[in-house]
Amino acid sequence: MSTVISVENLSKKYVIDHQKQGRHTSLRDALTEGAKHLTDKFLHPFSATENGPSHEDFWALKDVSFDIQQGDRVGIIGRNGAGKSTLLKILSRITEPTSGRVSIKGRVASLLEVGTGFHPELTGRENIFLNGAILGMSKAEIRKRFDEIVAFAEVERFLDTPVKRYSSGMYVRLAFAVAAHLEPEILIVDEVLAVGDAQFQKKCLGKMQDVSAQERTILFVSHSMAAISNLCTKAIYLDSGRVRSIGNTEAAISAYLKLGAESAQTDLRNRKDRTGNGLIRFLSFELRSCDTNEPLNSVTSGSSCILAIKFERGAAHEETMDLNVAVGIDDRLGNRITHLSNVTTNQSIQSQNNNKEGIIEIEIKEMPLSKGSYGVTLFSTVAGDIADWVKNAGSFHVEEGDFFHTGKVPHEGQGVFYIKHSFRE
Amino acid sequence: MNHQNELVIEAGRTERHYWRDLWRYRELFFFLAWRDVLVRYKQTTFGLVWALGRPLMTMLVFTLVFSKLANLPSDGVPYPLLIFAALLPWQFFAGSFSGAGDSLISNAGMISKVYFPRLVIPASAVIVSFVDFLLSVIVLAGLMAWYGFAPNLRILALPLFIFLAFAAAMGAGLWIAALNVKYRDFRIVVPFVVQVGLYISPVGFSSAIVPEQWRLLYSLNPMVGVIDGFRWAILGGDTQLYWPGFMLSLSLIVLILVTGIVYFRKTEKTFADVI
Repeated sequence: MSTVISVENLSKKYVIDHQKQGRHTSLRDALTEGAKHLTDKFLHPFSATENGPSHEDFWALKDVSFDIQQGDRVGIIGRNGAGKSTLLKILSRITEPTSGRVSIKGRVASLLEVGTGFHPELTGRENIFLNGAILGMSKAEIRKRFDEIVAFAEVERFLDTPVKRYSSGMYVRLAFAVAAHLEPEILIVDEVLAVGDAQFQKKCLGKMQDVSAQERTILFVSHSMAAISNLCTKAIYLDSGRVRSIGNTEAAISAYLKLGAESAQTDLRNRKDRTGNGLIRFLSFELRSCDTNEPLNSVTSGSSCILAIKFERGAAHEETMDLNVAVGIDDRLGNRITHLSNVTTNQSIQSQNNNKEGIIEIEIKEMPLSKGSYGVTLFSTVAGDIADWVKNAGSFHVEEGDFFHTGKVPHEGQGVFYIKHSFRE
Repeated sequence: MNHQNELVIEAGRTERHYWRDLWRYRELFFFLAWRDVLVRYKQTTFGLVWALGRPLMTMLVFTLVFSKLANLPSDGVPYPLLIFAALLPWQFFAGSFSGAGDSLISNAGMISKVYFPRLVIPASAVIVSFVDFLLSVIVLAGLMAWYGFAPNLRILALPLFIFLAFAAAMGAGLWIAALNVKYRDFRIVVPFVVQVGLYISPVGFSSAIVPEQWRLLYSLNPMVGVIDGFRWAILGGDTQLYWPGFMLSLSLIVLILVTGIVYFRKTEKTFADVI
């Protein structure tokens, strides 16, 4: 096994411009900035030139170092904005690092998007050649694999139809088929499997596993922990541009999931990745004890607890509101296990107009989940419209507990929840 | 594993493998040019009608205005030929200029998702325009046959001038493409330059009508050299090349091309971040 990718102290800085709305500088801005700068210089020749508060450095990656061996299948995990995509972009040479060094041995193909360069006016056949060339295949290679690609995509009948007439499923299948037939030594894949139907995703994952069976190295970014743990032999967990954990896939995944559980209370005030009209906003959630109402770090299986969710009302709204609140609970791999909602319990939650903040308490009797970390998604509607929706808001931890009141606990790895049961005599 | 093809990524390191990469990505270049040409002529009949009809219409109008109304001299060749010989390089230039200007932005998706030497994108826009140019050459040949006009040996020098037109189109195209990524204002500048350029370049008239003392100044427009060169090579006869002006245009074209490449290369690294 030899090292094929070696990353040393890699950093990437973006300058965030607070003044302008868009990313595109206009010539006028450039000229007025320049003129302002000149007059400033002229009027205050001795004052130090300062950038002003309008610019801020943002380190998308900071001192990232790791090595990848030939044949490794490496998953890269982390929250949105943790630097995953930036890392892939640097490795695929789309953007330059600010400092640091990467050395790569072998032919790299990167797949950051399916169907890059697809042209709607061109036929399926034409797009296969074009997209293949864009992904770095030679014409001879594409010719050689052409039939395989077409068969994989299942679009034989529509080869000479412009892809603008394709259904979105066909489009994605064709695009992925081209990419799946790349034969690089190193394959870099961003979250591209999110598109396409489940069956086709499975086929693609299978195809990628084939790829690595032939001693190929894969770097794979995904938010699906299930896909990462199925496919990858190693994982890198990035947080705020730094490597938090590297190595064993399971360890990295649980480090990633534990992030929110480090403090008993998960603060949501600064979460930007939320949707909704803002009539209410979730502020935090935590587990509390049923008896003492004190915050809990974790709860044991079979015991009762309270899930307390704090929220605030949006400023503009005056009246009393009826809230519908739902809490989605996900397992370690991101699969939804269950959800708690006042709609299903047929209870109403009112938020009075004189209260700026409120708290929702959900009592969970006899926690049926087994040992592990569970992700939480918070969702609320007011009058049928989404008020606030925070996906992967955080997680809570369940410790081993005496669910069956027998002092006996099932072995680990026997599922994520318990069912009360008994054997008839 | 082959250790020779170790790739090192560092800040400022891209320079080293750039030209080698450009060669390696030549197939992509051909594919992109092929795609752009294909898309352009996809609605076959209309694509062709446009490519051939536009220069013909311009020629008719210009002949009417400059020859019949303004009574400008034609250096002893049929006026439509005088105009068409100039329209060839001008339309090639104008097409490349506006095509290249938009090219990076319309391929933004590719730029932010795949690595390749970005130079191939404006270059392929120039190629599309060149295909139009070749079609127009056929029209010119037809026109010359119609007027019974035979070129002399100077026609052999035409490839040189085509090359020159290429250099001018590429240089200006690279500048505008790179500027457009950062400053979207240049989107407005492009049609303006193309429109005004048509009148300040000697397309509708022979540059011989420019007074002697102003000719050198006039040649500061690099297209003057290219257009005069085309006329000189195609029309032969009395058409004379004004050498000092031609050399000036030539050096300006070289300057634009070289600085265009340098500027493009310098800004190219940040395309994916700003586009």
